[in-house]
Amino acid sequence: MARKVVITGLGATTPIGGDVPTMWKNALKGVSGAHTLEDEWVAKYDLPVHFAARCSTPALEVLSRVEAKRMDPSTQFGVIAAREAWADSGITEIDHDRLAVAFATGIGGVWTLLDAWDTLREKGPRRVLPMTVPMLMPNGVAAAVSLDLGARAGAHTPVSACASGTEAMHLGLDLIRSGKADVVVCGGAEAAIHPMPLAAFSSMQALSRRNDDPEHASRPYDRDRDGFVMGEGAGALVLEAEEHAIARGARIYAELAGTSVTADAYHITAPDPEGLGATRALKAAMFDGRIQAEDVVHVNAHATSTPVGDKPEYTALRAALGAHVDNVAVSATKSQMGHLLGASGAVEAVLTVLAVYERQAPLTINLENQDPEIPLDVVTSARTLPAGDIVALSNSFGFGGHNAVIAIRNV
Amino acid sequence: MASNEEILAGLAEIVNEETGLATEAVELDKSFTEDLDIDSISMMTIVVNAEEKFGVRIPDEEVKNLKTVGDAVNFISNAQA
Repeated sequence: MARKVVITGLGATTPIGGDVPTMWKNALKGVSGAHTLEDEWVAKYDLPVHFAARCSTPALEVLSRVEAKRMDPSTQFGVIAAREAWADSGITEIDHDRLAVAFATGIGGVWTLLDAWDTLREKGPRRVLPMTVPMLMPNGVAAAVSLDLGARAGAHTPVSACASGTEAMHLGLDLIRSGKADVVVCGGAEAAIHPMPLAAFSSMQALSRRNDDPEHASRPYDRDRDGFVMGEGAGALVLEAEEHAIARGARIYAELAGTSVTADAYHITAPDPEGLGATRALKAAMFDGRIQAEDVVHVNAHATSTPVGDKPEYTALRAALGAHVDNVAVSATKSQMGHLLGASGAVEAVLTVLAVYERQAPLTINLENQDPEIPLDVVTSARTLPAGDIVALSNSFGFGGHNAVIAIRNV
Repeated sequence: MASNEEILAGLAEIVNEETGLATEAVELDKSFTEDLDIDSISMMTIVVNAEEKFGVRIPDEEVKNLKTVGDAVNFISNAQA
């Protein structure tokens, strides 16, 4: 019998709240974190997209100037979320050799990398900062969290584009089940609201161009969706072996019942139109957690608001859950906070845990005309989840054909 | 051309910017590593910032000889002369 793994701490910094209580309050209210960018580089480079969803609390309002100087913005967000999750867990004493980190990112230190390149070209190699390499490396965030908390059972960085944050949960579960760690701080962080990624995602037609109305641009499942909205931030969760949590009298939010990761092997960016990889991921996570379709009451969908992405996920949900999918309350929280890329899975995991713990589903905003080809029960107004034993799923899919699913069960 | 007092004050600002140490803590007889707890990466950042501020070049092989704040002030002063 595998060790049971529970969630005992939550942290987040997002476009709809700089901490978990604020984010959760807004997620139930339904707000938009997307706004017009005031940066001079939007006009300077004539970017086709003029808006994004920035973190509502700037990192420098939380971290000291000196602390922040040594971290890429993505790492700053990750450390902020990890510290909140750690404090929330109430862990005061721990065997640090049994504490691990699994902290993901999709892109890593893109600001640091490109700033250093600008410095090299404008001022020469002598002016490229000595901290450049540790700041730009994708494992920088996992390393910073490990240093901050004294986690010595490994600091891991799963990288699978927009599935990264969810894959971190998958890895965290494995680390505890296999006995390599008792506690794992999992999460994802991203800070890519920089002109280059905005230009690159625009080039592939992935971003919404609704420049005159940013708050209504992210509209998963809507007939008039035209792309995702770039977001930034981080989410973090403390996973703990159940016996470890019980022994210290911890407050347990929920069980991480099952996880899975699959690959489409279909196309480098396009999702399999039949959603086959996503279906296999959903079924595998349910098998892993010994979950029947009828147990599932809520799904936090990947649903990025792209014309091509939202429908295959629906196809996969129907294939995995059968007719029961009609009874499942589906939330597309990227409608509120945009797409946090490698952080999205972690933030959505936090929301899914809270949905099970509080028995409330977060809202989907901007759904005016639901795509008739996606007949899901989308949560657009306050929704209470049923009493009794329940399971919620959270999906994440990433460029490269990555599919990751986690299953959260009440305790 | 900066006086030694001006170099010390400028260096103290650079150290404060990099490490958060109070500028008053940056005194001539203080060792960068022993007293101010500045690691090699921070030291290189301080060196490069000092080069820009004072218009001098501090060769990499020279950095290990700058043990105290006074050593750095003297080097910069001589390099400016």
